[in-house]
Amino acid sequence: MIKHFISLQWKSFFRSASFKTNLALKILMAFGALYFIVVFGAMGAGAYYLIEKQLAIDPLDLINRFLIYYIVADLVIRYLMQKMPVLDIKPLMYLPIKRATIVNFTLGKTALTFFNIIHAFFFVPFSIVLLIEGYPALNVILWHLAIIALIYSNNFLNILVNNKDALFYTIVGILIILGVLQYYGYFDITEYTSVFFNALYKQPFVAILPWILLGTLYFLSFNYFRKNFYLDAGLSTKHSVAKTENLDWLNRFGSLGTFLKNDIKLLKRNKRSRTTVLMSVLFIFYGLLFFTNSIEAYNAPVWKIFAGIFVSGGFLFTFGQFVPSWDSAYYPLMMSQNIRYKEYLDSKWYLVIIATLISTVIASFYLYFGWEVYLSIIVGAIYNIGVNSYLVLWGGAYIKTPIDLTSNKKAFGDSQAFNMKTMLLTLPKLGLPLIVYAIGHYAINSSAGFALVAIVGIIGFAFKNAVFNKIERVYKKEKYKTLAAYKQKN
Amino acid sequence: MIIANNLTKKYGSQQVLHIDNLDIPKGESFGLVGNNGAGKTTFFSLLLDLIQPTTGNIKNNDIIVNESEDWKPHTSAFIDETFLIGYLTPEEYFYFIGELRGQNKADVDALIAKFEDFFHGEILAQKKYLRDLSKGNQKKAGIVASFIGNPELIILDEPFANLDPTTQIRLKEIIKDLAKNKDVTVLVSSHDLSHVTEVCERIVVLNKGEVVRDIQTSKETLKELEEFFAG
Repeated sequence: MIKHFISLQWKSFFRSASFKTNLALKILMAFGALYFIVVFGAMGAGAYYLIEKQLAIDPLDLINRFLIYYIVADLVIRYLMQKMPVLDIKPLMYLPIKRATIVNFTLGKTALTFFNIIHAFFFVPFSIVLLIEGYPALNVILWHLAIIALIYSNNFLNILVNNKDALFYTIVGILIILGVLQYYGYFDITEYTSVFFNALYKQPFVAILPWILLGTLYFLSFNYFRKNFYLDAGLSTKHSVAKTENLDWLNRFGSLGTFLKNDIKLLKRNKRSRTTVLMSVLFIFYGLLFFTNSIEAYNAPVWKIFAGIFVSGGFLFTFGQFVPSWDSAYYPLMMSQNIRYKEYLDSKWYLVIIATLISTVIASFYLYFGWEVYLSIIVGAIYNIGVNSYLVLWGGAYIKTPIDLTSNKKAFGDSQAFNMKTMLLTLPKLGLPLIVYAIGHYAINSSAGFALVAIVGIIGFAFKNAVFNKIERVYKKEKYKTLAAYKQKN
Repeated sequence: MIIANNLTKKYGSQQVLHIDNLDIPKGESFGLVGNNGAGKTTFFSLLLDLIQPTTGNIKNNDIIVNESEDWKPHTSAFIDETFLIGYLTPEEYFYFIGELRGQNKADVDALIAKFEDFFHGEILAQKKYLRDLSKGNQKKAGIVASFIGNPELIILDEPFANLDPTTQIRLKEIIKDLAKNKDVTVLVSSHDLSHVTEVCERIVVLNKGEVVRDIQTSKETLKELEEFFAG
């Protein structure tokens, strides 16, 4: 039986649409994975020596202190990103296979996800270093095994608390409060938790506790799944209560308003697009890294304009670059309805522009760092509106990945959304303004640099019609390919 | 209304559609039948310019569909669930289509009020998004949406599939009503021979991409079709 399961799993992995990308991309992905492995491995191996040298305390002690945050953070990331395994069960339900076997396999499968494996790249080298440094072998190994058990406990805990948002946000809230209290020195949770984590090392028999926990959680998840093994129970998908919205105030924009109304609903009602909006809000704070001088490499003057573009352009980059994929689920409708490409593109353009303006206004708190900082954001916004807004729409014509609005799974880095043409279009998006600014800055002064970038943006804005005609032609040319690509779901 | 000229569609070396000449006059209720892979959906997709013909073209009201978009205002269609916007409620979806076709809310409300029977109380005011409706109910919403805005050409691909018997009977009445209006051309495809013979004035049988029968519906048509498909 297990042989069949494994062969199914194997096929589902190697035949998945995202795996069938071109060779160059596979190599790039392999390098990406390798990079993470090396980074985590180096951290694991180097952490010991770094802590010992810099802080002159016992590295294991320090790691034990912060493990509580590490483990809770892991749980949070899992909650947001790890996909529940239930979906693959359905076709197996009516086949002559014992339910227990299916549940065991489904749960066992989750053990092999990336979210579990990645931790090994940190803890294995770290433990090896501990052994090399002469820590008692038995204690280190038991500590290591206990940590593995805790990480796997997270895996099953996540399955149990899946979709219980109230619980999740409570945990996150407590974590943030504890973090703040610790930072300001009022209350230090790690003093209490580190006792436990240290005990895992010092008292080998304590290390059995995480394994008992893991066993219990596995048992609970097993029972939970076993009991809810019905289409209308655990395997059903949640339906949210729908509310009809009018948004009549947008009617004044005519046919543009029709699309804007739709786009606002799209953003509000789908998981994937809500994540995108959240990410674009985070982009606003990205500038803090530059303007607080916290990262030395970012102190060169040209980076100011770089930051300015990102601060105001978060939505532009995260949403804009996937136009028209947001409408992929009903693209045939859009293509056969009484819609002109120009109106369609125009509405997306306005959406991006409005979001850029709002971001710029919100970012006015950067005035705290001086008027020059905010000026760079305004100039970035002008460039975004005048040039980048076209470029993302243009690039979108070549991205033919359908977006599953109801799933968050690929929100962070969609491999197929990445191809040579979109790569090349990144250069004028980010590189050109830096170069333009550098010319002005080094030839005359920083004001001239800002002025030059702003002028490029304004020129771009002035040529909107010409550029839109060109983009429209590209979309028309790509239309049939796009329709065909969106048909291939999954 | 519709003229297909030397129309072919090939995928690689495989020819999926080959229609030398097909003329559908205005006001006709036209049925397309054929087995799986006969080319019905391909023909409709070509008609809606969702795929490109390998040779030839289709004219809709003298407009070559893959060269101009001017056929869109008078044409509407429901092919499959990709014509629905999942995150809208049915009402919002109807209003959206209405706005695209120059209808205000009152117009749309008046139209969908006529289909209350057809909806059977399962579409309107359900507090559900289209994506959460059952397949049959999604289809009902999609079919009615294609009637919004007084289109001159309505294309329905497999409209009877997935519908319950009551709804099938009501849909037949609706299509017959539409067919009475000589300004409206209705194109329907189906696997169900009795349904098409009942609602269509003319039936074309496709087999492996080619027109093999072109029948003006009469009492004998159903028998003729059954004999053909019994093969």
